[in-house]
Amino acid sequence: MEIERVRPSPNEDTKAYWDGLKEGRLLFQKCGDCGKVRHYPRQVCDECFSMDVEWIESSGKGKVHSWTVSQHAFHPSFKGDLPMTFVTVDMDEGVRVAAQLRGKDVTPAIGMPVRVAFEQMDNDLTVPVFYPA
Amino acid sequence: MPNTLFEKCAISGIGETAYVRGSGKSETALQMEASLKAIADAGLSPKDIDGVIPYATGSAVAEDFITNFGIADLSLSATTPLGGASCLAAVQLAVGAIVAGIANHVLIPIGRNGYSGARIGSRVQQLPQFRTVGEFEMPLGQMAPAQLYAHMARRHMETFGTKSEHFGKIAVTVREHATMNDNSLMKEPLTLEQHQSARMISDPLRLFDCCLESDGGAAIVVSSSERARDLKSQPIYIMGIAEGHPDSPSAITQRPDITTLGTAKAAPRAFGMAGVDHKDIDVAEIYDCFTYIVLCQLEDLGFCKKGEGGDFVASTSLGLDGPMPINTHGGLLSQAHIIGMNHIVELVRQLRGQGGKTQVRDAKVGLVTGYGDMGDGGVAIMRA
Repeated sequence: MEIERVRPSPNEDTKAYWDGLKEGRLLFQKCGDCGKVRHYPRQVCDECFSMDVEWIESSGKGKVHSWTVSQHAFHPSFKGDLPMTFVTVDMDEGVRVAAQLRGKDVTPAIGMPVRVAFEQMDNDLTVPVFYPA
Repeated sequence: MPNTLFEKCAISGIGETAYVRGSGKSETALQMEASLKAIADAGLSPKDIDGVIPYATGSAVAEDFITNFGIADLSLSATTPLGGASCLAAVQLAVGAIVAGIANHVLIPIGRNGYSGARIGSRVQQLPQFRTVGEFEMPLGQMAPAQLYAHMARRHMETFGTKSEHFGKIAVTVREHATMNDNSLMKEPLTLEQHQSARMISDPLRLFDCCLESDGGAAIVVSSSERARDLKSQPIYIMGIAEGHPDSPSAITQRPDITTLGTAKAAPRAFGMAGVDHKDIDVAEIYDCFTYIVLCQLEDLGFCKKGEGGDFVASTSLGLDGPMPINTHGGLLSQAHIIGMNHIVELVRQLRGQGGKTQVRDAKVGLVTGYGDMGDGGVAIMRA
């Protein structure tokens, strides 16, 4: 029996982000008024309180902010993927992104330069991953 | 102005069920059992309760208490959805409501089958506050608190030189206290070697860095100090109470500084209200979903500076005879995970002198914290 994958339920605020991933683009929100970049997608700019928003494509480059190697899956659909290395990455655009780290024999470290890539899980879901830059 | 709630209210009653793995009871029954005990401890009738703050994502709602207790005129019902900081956030709300004259005796119940029911790792996702993590991180495989907190612990270790052995000392000490508590799940002692060789859950968090999943219920009654003095049990006065939230809390990836918790904002308010200093704290029940979170709170509470938690833990006894006894009941790590209500109940016991084998000598002033998955912190300082 196939195990049901954990899926996002995008709404009006977040659909553009997930659609971008399907096209191989990591998109961030940028305030339409003051230009502050923010992530995850949300409704209001916390700098100027504008609700105007545009989407920009990330350079895909950043540095590892923190990391963990999980030896426990917590959901059956990830059991085959263990161990999983997760990184939080400070992107050049000034926001932070979470994703799995790929690459053979890679030991993560804070400050390590990484670049984003995209993995299509199925027709409905593409997720970001990072590789050492 | 900031001291308006100082000693205006007290914990007038406490109650706990047996803490087990496999209760065979409904979650609502666990809450009713603990609540009846707390109300009886206060010397009240269930009908005297006129305020109730149920756990936000728990099975029981205010209507269950009205119905079960035959309450004629409930004048306060609310929830405080702060995960493990919910209980102390509820105490703050109860104190405010009592001082404002909205209610006289506020019941704060908690109870769940965290072991035999839905596992805690999956149940956090039911919190509306977990929506962001649910949408953006769970599909990546990063979903359990152990995974999210591992980033925080790792960042702390690499930034400040904190070591796994520091986490281990917390686990070993808290376990020692649990072995002396009749109502605890973990009765076997734990050594630092066992901590260090236990399997990794999510690096750097090993098995014994993580708390238990347990079944049980606990409850308290908050009353005005004036009324509490005329009740059956010794009132424990609430000197300072506060909640605090980190900046941009909805996911750890969004928090500017993941090594600081909302506790850092709550602590100065609670200490300021209480008018006491850190050296005045005789006993501290510190929310311990993970060992690292204890270390981080010791910093955020101001017992040491940010980044010095490792050295503080290494050089300070956290045991019963030391200057800083913590989690005298065994905590979430080794007594049971009752969402921190067991910490509040234990502090009241300690300050009443009912601490049994783990009673801290001359415990007059104590501190209790709560901590929620969104980085929320709750801090209360109480006295006998």
